[in-house]
Amino acid sequence: MNLFAYTRAASIAEAVTAAAEPGAAYLAAGTNLLDLMKGGIATPSRLVDITRLPGLDAVEPQPDGSTRIGALVRNSDLARNAHVAKTYPMVAEALLAGASAQLRNAATTAGNLLQRTRCAYFYDPASPCNKREPGAGCQAIGGATRIHAVLGWSEHCIATHPSDLCVPLAALGAQVEIAEAGGRRTVPIGDFHRLPSDHPERETVLEPGALVTAVILPPEAAAFSGHARYLKVRDRTSYAFATVSAAAALTLENGRIGAARLALGGVALKPWRVAEAEDALTGATPDAEAFSKAAAALVAGAKPSGPENAFKIELARRTVVRALTLAQAGTPARMPALPASPFSHAAGALHA
Amino acid sequence: MPETAPRIRQGAGNVGSIGAPLTRREGPLKVTGRALFAADTLPPGLLHAALCTARIARGRVTGLDVAAAERHPGVVAVMTPDNAPTLAKDPDAKDGPFTFRLDLLQNASVRYANQPIAVVIAETLEAATEGARLLAPRYETETPRIGLDAEAPFTPPGIGIGQPPDEGHGDVEAGLADAAARIEAVYETPAQYHNAMEPHAAVAEWDGDRLTLHTPSQGLTAAVGRLAGLFGIPPKNIRIESPYLGGGFGSKGAISGPQVLACMAARLVGRPVKLVARRENMYGPMGHRAETRQTLRLGADADGKLTALDHHTLTASSRFDDFFEPAGGVSHTLYATPNLSVRHRGVRVDTGTPLFMRAPGEATGSAALESAIDEMAIACGMDPLEFRLVNYAEVEPISGRPFSSKALRACYAQGAARFGWEKRPLQPRQMRDADGLLVGWGVGTATFPALMFEAEARAELRADGTGTVVIGAQDMGQGAWTALAQIAADGLGIDIAQLTVEMGSSTQPSGGIAGGSAHTATAGGAVHAAAQAVIAELAQIATTDSASPLYGAGNAGVIARAGRLIRRDDESRSESVGEILARAGRDRITGTGKASADPAAQKSYAMHAHGAVFAEVKVDPDLGQIRVSRLVGAFAAGRVINPRLVQSQYFGGMIWGLSFALHEHAALDPRTGRFLNDNLGEYHVPVNADTPAMEAILVHEDDPHVNALGVKGVGEIGITGTAGAIANAVWHATGVRVRELPITLDRLLG
Repeated sequence: MNLFAYTRAASIAEAVTAAAEPGAAYLAAGTNLLDLMKGGIATPSRLVDITRLPGLDAVEPQPDGSTRIGALVRNSDLARNAHVAKTYPMVAEALLAGASAQLRNAATTAGNLLQRTRCAYFYDPASPCNKREPGAGCQAIGGATRIHAVLGWSEHCIATHPSDLCVPLAALGAQVEIAEAGGRRTVPIGDFHRLPSDHPERETVLEPGALVTAVILPPEAAAFSGHARYLKVRDRTSYAFATVSAAAALTLENGRIGAARLALGGVALKPWRVAEAEDALTGATPDAEAFSKAAAALVAGAKPSGPENAFKIELARRTVVRALTLAQAGTPARMPALPASPFSHAAGALHA
Repeated sequence: MPETAPRIRQGAGNVGSIGAPLTRREGPLKVTGRALFAADTLPPGLLHAALCTARIARGRVTGLDVAAAERHPGVVAVMTPDNAPTLAKDPDAKDGPFTFRLDLLQNASVRYANQPIAVVIAETLEAATEGARLLAPRYETETPRIGLDAEAPFTPPGIGIGQPPDEGHGDVEAGLADAAARIEAVYETPAQYHNAMEPHAAVAEWDGDRLTLHTPSQGLTAAVGRLAGLFGIPPKNIRIESPYLGGGFGSKGAISGPQVLACMAARLVGRPVKLVARRENMYGPMGHRAETRQTLRLGADADGKLTALDHHTLTASSRFDDFFEPAGGVSHTLYATPNLSVRHRGVRVDTGTPLFMRAPGEATGSAALESAIDEMAIACGMDPLEFRLVNYAEVEPISGRPFSSKALRACYAQGAARFGWEKRPLQPRQMRDADGLLVGWGVGTATFPALMFEAEARAELRADGTGTVVIGAQDMGQGAWTALAQIAADGLGIDIAQLTVEMGSSTQPSGGIAGGSAHTATAGGAVHAAAQAVIAELAQIATTDSASPLYGAGNAGVIARAGRLIRRDDESRSESVGEILARAGRDRITGTGKASADPAAQKSYAMHAHGAVFAEVKVDPDLGQIRVSRLVGAFAAGRVINPRLVQSQYFGGMIWGLSFALHEHAALDPRTGRFLNDNLGEYHVPVNADTPAMEAILVHEDDPHVNALGVKGVGEIGITGTAGAIANAVWHATGVRVRELPITLDRLLG
């Protein structure tokens, strides 16, 4: 990898100042960034190590019923946090369905939000990529596109966001807390990631130097704990990114749906959440017809970005219906042995 | 004795004979980190090398920014075609069917993506890696030819290693015309890459014109020969140490270009150099399994007997060398038919040269043939197992020779009984589990030839009752350290705890090739022969010594056991090795032995291992996701040296088959010829969660003809049968026949 300067930030203010320098990048676990650097895809001139910053590694239930998750909380710690597992079970399920145990032990909450796409052309420095080099073109278009987007893509970029965690976070309306030169602000996670549009190189709303300090689950997110599932469809039972995934959460009142939360993963450059899909469920009888309507609303406007990914639209519909069906049946009392897997109910075993 | 070439002498007590389920003798060294692999070698003054590889698949390099790389702190040298050491032999020269052309910076041409085009040598790995990036190659790019439709097919002169491309007998068209039922189907298998956990690593050090190379190798003698030719030095000047391999799968059978480049780099800088291939470096210059498109036409009469079998394979070799996957070979041996045609055609593409990989030919061919047999059985309205029994080959179909042994019927019977096959409904999509998942059952026949190469060994028996066996054999995880020790201990008649094995060095007698599932037969045969030579001399001393209780017994009249020679006809008369040697004034006896194929037996008999694999899969009816829930394999492969290791080999082979059926697929961009998944994250192999409950039944089989030990290979047979069984089970679960592997969920969405 390229030569780079290394700064270990002692405070958030120091970090923000150091990272505002052009070419600087934050380093937390590095589970994605270091791979990118080894491949010559990312060549930061300075790494600002934030792993020693105090106060960013806690999960803190707040008096108002919200939960503040520090940016540096490890995926494995977050998944096994008793409060999170009980209150936001689909967050835990999504985390445990992601990556491998080794990666989860290292990877951080904010790092998960900021991970880059798995588009093979993005990872190939010899392929033109508008993310890497604005205006260079998109080699994925017309190439091997089985994993690419069916929603929200543009003629400049057809990549998807690979995160599992972000999908339930989006469904639950999480807020992203950001520290920047001017102070702190929060942004709804739905606005945090940007669709590619004309500027695929701008992946989030973060300005240079801005640091994600926490993810906050709002008070109302706790209401869904009894009927919340994450479902991940993929080509391998573990250690594979989602072909399509869905987070589905319901409140049930007198046999009807009180409120619904729904988001898709693996279909766009951000978790896909559509108000109309959730509205379609509100007040409805929780049955196959209602679930199908919601699924149709969620994938409305989908179109393949290549012939190989056309199947993902129908798969997304079915995944949503199944996730809703599982959510209706109720959150399992204990985490299944294969979290989020279509086979999770088969073995009857529990997650160790 | 270097640290990396251990003399392993540890046993599990008083058992040690052939047939005992011993654990790996080198296991404690591996789990405690004391087993040093090639990349663990750190000679003083070591430099690190990194490859700069081509980002185009066809064309030439027109520029490298050598100055930028040289300016990078820590970079010692940049090796390019301009300054690479002159070789004594053109790396493109072919002097035998096992010699493959290598890319050793001989010119600026690029013939596949990831081809090494320069090597950067530096004080640290980091500096070398960045130096390689800074070279920023410029190219003159030509449009690459990728895929089986790249050009018009031709008939290759030979497939595999010099086998004829077309074989058969009878009249397939007539047989098809006479058939009561026919099928014709096209099966596609993708390019696959070995992906051994240990990448090709090489630590090379020169002392004048003497080369020491620490590198994993499945064939030390051939590697020495190749290096000697390239560097123009005598083979005796080369020492290769390869005590452990972190997997080979065929990719370490012939020495690869990057391993030779490490030697060239060390020569260039005059210091020891370590080059460890990055994962992506292994997609190109280390061989792979080429894609195939196999067209099978089968006909059967009203009783379900095959009237014709036509197996046509289209496959690809590189633009610059020949290796054509011999996929049709399985049709030579498996099913009886009066009319058989097996043909191979090829195209040339801009990739590295394909090579041996996990049952080369048998794996691809079996995946197609076993699916086609299933389709034919369905067309006949027959149970697929019954159909296989109806078409059971009593003699080898292609040659008419009898089998040296063939316990396949027992494999079918024991496997089916264990699996519960009799409960299988004939029609697809009939079974669901309690959770509503579709369930399907499939079967496939496994087969692999019992090969034999050439090997030599040296054995020694000492007066204190200890022994040593020395052979340049290779343990790539299969258990050679243990299996060869068991053979040697039995041969020398001592407890395995008294036996030291020295192995894995080119300075030792040639152990042949750890490939073709033939290593135990070959190296084990040599070890057995060497031990026999020792015992024969010891018996000669004892039986001609009037002071011995064995006097007059004759060589053949004694057996070696528990450190003693014992009269065969009167076990009360025996003497210890120490006593015999003491009177003879000797402290040890050494002997040598060789093993090779017996041409007479090979002419008289067809020699193959066989098996039957039964698979259960579950498929989500809406989402298409597939999971294998159960695999039962029953295999007959002659004598079993160590049932624990053999079972492990069968498990590994069946997991290869699962991988073949559902996961492995090298993705290349057809426009550029570059890889899209040359990493372990995206090139899928099964993880533990994909690996089902597995059983491997070791079916008894005596083979008096195959070789002195009566053993057939067990390393690769597990992949055959399994991929087809899983594809057949997916059909049985869903009613969907997927003929393009790997089978992925999008094909099952309906």
